[in-house]
Amino acid sequence: MRATRHLAATAAALTAVLALATACGGSSGGSGSVGSDGKLHPPKMTAQRTLGPREGAVNLVAWAGYVEDGSDDPKADWVHPFEQQTGCTVHVKIAGTSDDMVSLMKTGQYDAVSASGDASLRLIAAGDAAPVNTDLVPNYKDVFDGLKLQAWNSVGGVAYGIPHGYGANLLMYRTDKVSPAPTSWGAVFAKDSPYKGHITAYDSPIYLADAALYLMRTRPELGIKNPYALDQKQFDAAVALLRQQNANIGEYWSDYLKEVSAFKSGDSVLGTTWQVIVNTAQSEKAPVKAVLPSEGATGWSDTWMLSAKAKHPNCAYAWLNWIVSPQVNAQVAEYFGEAPANRLACDHTVDKGFCAAYHAGDSAYYRRVWFWTTPIPQCVDGRKDVTCVPYAKWVQAWTSIKG
Amino acid sequence: MRPAGAGPVGRPGAGGGPGRGPVRAFVRALHRRPRLRLTLLLSAPLAWLVVAYLGALAALFLSAFWTTDPFTSDVVRTWTTANFREVLTTSVYWHVALRTLGTALAVTAVDIVVAFPIAFWTARVAAARHRNLLVVAVLTPLWASYLVKAYAWRIILSAGGPLDWALKPLGLSGPGYGLPAMITVLAYLWLPYMILPIHAGLANLPEDVLEAAADLGARSWRTFRSVVLPMVLPSVAAGSVFTFSLSLGDYIAVQIVGGKTQLIGNVVYSDITLDLPLAAALGTVPVAVVVLYLLAIRRTGALDSL
Amino acid sequence: MRLSRTARILLRSAAALGLAVIYLPLLLVLVDSVNADRSFGWPPGGVTGRWWADAWHSAGARSALWVSVRAGLGATAVALVLGTLVAFAVQRYAFFGRQTLSFVVVLPIALPGVVTGIALNSAFRSVLPPLGLGFGLLTVIIGHATFCVVIVFNNVVARLRRVSGSYEEAAMDLGAGPFQAFRDVTWPLVRSAVAVGGLLAFALSFDEIVVTTFTAGAGVQTLPVWIFGNLARPQQAPVVNVVAAVLVLLSVIPVYAAQRLSGDTAAGGRI
Repeated sequence: MRATRHLAATAAALTAVLALATACGGSSGGSGSVGSDGKLHPPKMTAQRTLGPREGAVNLVAWAGYVEDGSDDPKADWVHPFEQQTGCTVHVKIAGTSDDMVSLMKTGQYDAVSASGDASLRLIAAGDAAPVNTDLVPNYKDVFDGLKLQAWNSVGGVAYGIPHGYGANLLMYRTDKVSPAPTSWGAVFAKDSPYKGHITAYDSPIYLADAALYLMRTRPELGIKNPYALDQKQFDAAVALLRQQNANIGEYWSDYLKEVSAFKSGDSVLGTTWQVIVNTAQSEKAPVKAVLPSEGATGWSDTWMLSAKAKHPNCAYAWLNWIVSPQVNAQVAEYFGEAPANRLACDHTVDKGFCAAYHAGDSAYYRRVWFWTTPIPQCVDGRKDVTCVPYAKWVQAWTSIKG
Repeated sequence: MRPAGAGPVGRPGAGGGPGRGPVRAFVRALHRRPRLRLTLLLSAPLAWLVVAYLGALAALFLSAFWTTDPFTSDVVRTWTTANFREVLTTSVYWHVALRTLGTALAVTAVDIVVAFPIAFWTARVAAARHRNLLVVAVLTPLWASYLVKAYAWRIILSAGGPLDWALKPLGLSGPGYGLPAMITVLAYLWLPYMILPIHAGLANLPEDVLEAAADLGARSWRTFRSVVLPMVLPSVAAGSVFTFSLSLGDYIAVQIVGGKTQLIGNVVYSDITLDLPLAAALGTVPVAVVVLYLLAIRRTGALDSL
Repeated sequence: MRLSRTARILLRSAAALGLAVIYLPLLLVLVDSVNADRSFGWPPGGVTGRWWADAWHSAGARSALWVSVRAGLGATAVALVLGTLVAFAVQRYAFFGRQTLSFVVVLPIALPGVVTGIALNSAFRSVLPPLGLGFGLLTVIIGHATFCVVIVFNNVVARLRRVSGSYEEAAMDLGAGPFQAFRDVTWPLVRSAVAVGGLLAFALSFDEIVVTTFTAGAGVQTLPVWIFGNLARPQQAPVVNVVAAVLVLLSVIPVYAAQRLSGDTAAGGRI
């Protein structure tokens, strides 16, 4: 008797709930399409022509360390001067991953985002990012030419953002534990590695591109031209390589602190890294070194993008111009540990050797770096006869690789 | 428990008191209408928990039957069971789900074993004036940040870290990062959630029952096994609701000390932005497990001693 | 309970060992907060008071602490009202669906935070914009309150179970009105349980990160979110250790207060 009543109550509750559920749910907005030419056609939007009066506030989504107001480190403050000069109060939301950034931008509450290449095309394709009129950003003219109108920040010659800073995913190793010193990514992909259990890799689906990059050299018959444009066969080969690597992995890292502590203790002795991690580990006397391997490397180049639904576009433009101004770009690059996008920034760094250490503007160096680009069905290497594996499939493959 | 619909019945004529004014009149009016009182008591909580919370959950699980545009990752509302088929037929999801279930059970088992002596001591053995202080000692770590504790464990378990250092004289070394480390850390994080219910259960044991057992000649162990244990079992089950379900959903500590291991929470989390329907379908796995667990636990009466 | 000498010694050592294990990691946090190195490591690279000074000047940590306190107080207030109402309804009345209700109350804390988080997130996204609202502190409070209700509920319902309704009836038999009976008899009996439930609910809200991540608006940074963000910043990890150490030291106050409040029953709080 009690059981039946109980069931009836549950059923009643469920009916009410389902009625409500159908009333609200997921969202779908206007989005882009694939043209008959196999190219990406983002939703039609025109960039702002002129700047209007500033709205008094701006909401940003950013990587930790990109929008600092001195509250965590009094010496790192480029928000207050901006607020004083422009009258735009800055609200910032720190995102932990590129995925966070995409979902935050989809909410439409934010005006601008410091998107990495594994997020930018997604934002453009879904119509979440608006084209940027670079004429309204005076400091854009001083940005390194090599960073302008690239696959990860533009579509069809239309800029969708302002470059912020960039860096390469290097190969780091413990000098006392790894010998001979590695010069190739083969060190992390070798099947019978003597460093089994102490190899580390970046914990993101985009890491598949590192495997593809290695296969570009070692298995030319696959015909990989761009590690972000993989057809099914090439993709499967990269996945197979990472499956094999998984047996040797000690841990995957995603935040810089985890990586530094692992290399300091020796839990990890070999694996991908960022320059800032190398510098921090060395400053704490960990015996590590990093190289740009012979195959080249993947890298990231972050872009400040505008939301298509920005409520404060004029303050957002002011921020875009501010963050790539020489002094501020120098400050943020030095604080975060990356190469600045503005070539004049190198005159303003506190450490005069900074730009050299991070190879800023070293085009020979960065010619060997493949910057993160979101894999989409339209192969970004220009092939039209095949469909490439889109990022969502990379995500699922990454789950299966980790097992 | 009262029969349905009865409620505390006031005596006619006894509900007096010097009540004046609208508030008291209202209270008195209410007092004569138990149904109305119940409605007032329940309307706000029901609106919140059933309509808002369960509604949000149902909407989420409804979206598990939708799909995404591969091009934009936007949710497209076409009815499909493809996500559930994918979850059920992909072997990696099964492995991850089973690993997660095993982890949650292991964490719960570890916590029961560790929590029992502590709770027994704080509730029945320690001097009465120290008991409150001891409970404070158990609860304090709950306030230290979860993240910071997890990172502290990362140091403890690191190669050449404090654990290795302590075990070295014995010729041993720590487990390093991985599944055992993860179970240890999760057990550590949720331990207070197990100690507290057991402490409460033990503290509420009537002394005379224990005396009686002792008078009947039962030794410590015997009293414990046949008197204490059955009586605090619901408390243990109540604590396990926390340790089990918190472990089942964790995805942050796993990243910090789990090495290359992933749990169902990580998989759900990684799919949220690109494929919400798939994430929702994956999310039904821990939800189903937790609901089944709760239903099973309810039979022990544990939900009443949470 | 009478225990043999051996049992007593065994029990005491096991409990002491357990407590030591509980406190060692916290001690490590304290040690690391004066560690000269920037990233966590063992052994410590030297002693410095620098991080404590930095933390003292960290406006970010202070404002995050304040946001956490406000979110916690808001969520606790809602949880106190809802939890107490449900507890009275479940314990003093019999009604259709009563069993189901006490089950539903437990769900928000038993289900994985990531599921609760995305469910609330997508619900907010479809419900809030038409109302002209966005994500903010309020959404965090709603999210936290949802899983805090159960804590208050558990504490109050446990108390009500021990305090039968006959006290109120007796009071009314003696001539008290229902209002007076509640004020003078029922409330004093459940007061401490409500308070303990509130304190534990506050603690739970205070350290919550997953649901917060999915429900917080721009610029709403609770302390755990601040900690998460700062662990990812190149310069900030040591300051996080200081903040954590301070939290541990400060937490003794509310926890002790909670124990004093519930001490009269010697039963402790209930999670």
